[in-house]
Amino acid sequence: MARDLVADRLAVERRREAARARTPLQLAWRQLTRYKLALAGGAVLVVLYVTMLIAEFLAPYPLDFSDRSLYYAPPVGVHFVDAQGRWHLRPFVYAYRAVDPSLPAYAADTSRAYDIHFLVHGAPYRLLWLIPTDLHLLGVTPPARLFLLGSDQFGRDLLSRMLYGSRVSLMIGVLVVLVTFPIGMLLGGIAGYYGGVIDNLTMRAVEVLAAFPSFYLFLTLASVLPPTLSGGARLFMLSAVFSLVGWGGLARVIRGLVLSIREMEFVLAARAAGLRDLKVILRHVLPSTSSYVIVAATLTIPGAILGESGLSFLGLGIQEPSTSWGLLLAQAQSVDVLTQFPWLLYPGLAIVVAILAFNFLGDGVRDALDPRQRSV
Amino acid sequence: MLRYIIRRVILLGPLLIGITLVSWAAIQLAPGSGNYFQSLVLQYPQISPSTISALRAQFGMDQPPWIQYLRWLWSIVHLNFGLSFAYNVPVTWLIGSRAANTLLLSVTSMVVAWSVALPLGIYSAVHQYSVTDGLLNTAAFVAISIPSFFSALLLLYGAYWTRLLPLQGLTSVDFDFLPWWGKILDIARHLVLPTIALGLFSVGGLMRYMRNYLLEVLRADFVKTARAKGLAERVVIYRHAVRNAINPLVTLFGFELGGLLSGAAFVENVLGYPGLGRLILEALLKKDVFVVMGTLLIGSVLLVLGNLVADILLAYVDPRIRYD
Repeated sequence: MARDLVADRLAVERRREAARARTPLQLAWRQLTRYKLALAGGAVLVVLYVTMLIAEFLAPYPLDFSDRSLYYAPPVGVHFVDAQGRWHLRPFVYAYRAVDPSLPAYAADTSRAYDIHFLVHGAPYRLLWLIPTDLHLLGVTPPARLFLLGSDQFGRDLLSRMLYGSRVSLMIGVLVVLVTFPIGMLLGGIAGYYGGVIDNLTMRAVEVLAAFPSFYLFLTLASVLPPTLSGGARLFMLSAVFSLVGWGGLARVIRGLVLSIREMEFVLAARAAGLRDLKVILRHVLPSTSSYVIVAATLTIPGAILGESGLSFLGLGIQEPSTSWGLLLAQAQSVDVLTQFPWLLYPGLAIVVAILAFNFLGDGVRDALDPRQRSV
Repeated sequence: MLRYIIRRVILLGPLLIGITLVSWAAIQLAPGSGNYFQSLVLQYPQISPSTISALRAQFGMDQPPWIQYLRWLWSIVHLNFGLSFAYNVPVTWLIGSRAANTLLLSVTSMVVAWSVALPLGIYSAVHQYSVTDGLLNTAAFVAISIPSFFSALLLLYGAYWTRLLPLQGLTSVDFDFLPWWGKILDIARHLVLPTIALGLFSVGGLMRYMRNYLLEVLRADFVKTARAKGLAERVVIYRHAVRNAINPLVTLFGFELGGLLSGAAFVENVLGYPGLGRLILEALLKKDVFVVMGTLLIGSVLLVLGNLVADILLAYVDPRIRYD
């Protein structure tokens, strides 16, 4: 019994020591790493974002590649054993053979095996927008096609287009956060710090924005974007639309936090030291909201991904020839296409994986950084 | 209580004006919009310019913007939302029939979602850290991560192969010839897919909320007291804990009430359901501006009213809330 007490006391001492030696960031990291699902989510996201960066290298075909004779081709089978029952060391595919020239119906042409080659030379591109190269991870010699996830109505490789499309789908979340958060934080900070008329005006504007069903507002604003915009410009305009609608909610919460922060002594000290108001807000008040902001950011990104894919799905977001997961999934909208060519559903799976990963990570980050909001 | 309600209703006035202003500006001030008649000329070159200007005058589109806005405002005060260019019927009539369909779907889905999610959430909280709890939690995470248009597509695929349920729309081709019970059955069968697609997300979210709130309450002192005085566990949970965990859900209920008209937009579009979400998309694509403005306005008014109802409900069920 006495030994237990001593051991307990020692353990408490050690824990205190450990707590003293850690910065809040280290504590948060420790908390986060305890939450396995959040870590798994984070790992998936790292893979997704790396994949996005080197999409040209990983994609077997360039963005504008199409083989019109192989429209709606099913995913190609990767084999090790050929029709004669011989084993191959190298995985291989068969070329497609049209069963009926008037229909998208194909069979494997088993007369010849086409080896899958690694690190092949193909269409030139710039790796990470810098290094000019023409190496691709995978490739087969034509007429065989490496449509690992099948092809669409124009005979374009679905996997390649998903890889390129991940750029839009994964970037939009980051872009929206980069635009929404400075605006929302600054306006919320100013409203909370000054109070009075400024506060009143800002909050009434926020209320009007919040009164709209946000999806209708997205639809309306997206539909007035000029149809002539290029892919990149459209991506930025869409993020602007999301930010225009999204800053309000953030500003409202930040204002609430600032209302109590501005009464604290360190803010008084900063003002007594003669700092200008804007500097007090930016350097002393807003940094205190950082834990909420980080959590809100991780949970804003999946919302933006959802918004973009939804708009693109309805034909108001990203337009051909650019691509995004939502736009790719839009091909599966008609019952006939969907039921005959179900592989067109894969882009939807990509959306789910990305959103799920962000949600897991966001939940873990919230538990780690903001114990008040902790879900038990 | 009454004073609180009256004050809230009075505050709605300026908010409604702001809503009309934004609804109007979002459409009219954007480049290339309001040109419905111009795009008509591209489609049918035989229309003479004088017809176009006559039509524009008829809809008041030759006036300066602020006069157009005031005229529109004046007419909606009289519950006249203008005419749909594309269908040539009053917007109120168009929105009314579509909104009824959307409400039917949303309310069904909401009832189903709440009656599934609350028991699951309670079970999950009471059996915290059990295997079922873990599975339910993960399932809830997946449910809130599936976009409704994707779940609708998956359901469509499943329904096609099983051939158990109708795939599109609200009624069958032979609807008009069915007896009254056949009509109800027909609509019910058509509602199954959209209800599931729409409800999946709500079930996931609601379940997580219910579980978290209940867990929070279960740690409170009054629950300990209830147990200490020897109440049955069932009574402790259902009479004491759940009753208190419901309060935050009332706010949520208000949000859902507000989103009833707009939440189903994706599912409607994928499953060909004749609702408000499909109407606004079609109207946007056709630049049918009065329909768009009307739908935006109706959607937001319902949202605001939903929030109001939620606040009043909350004040009613939770006597701890002071309203001064």
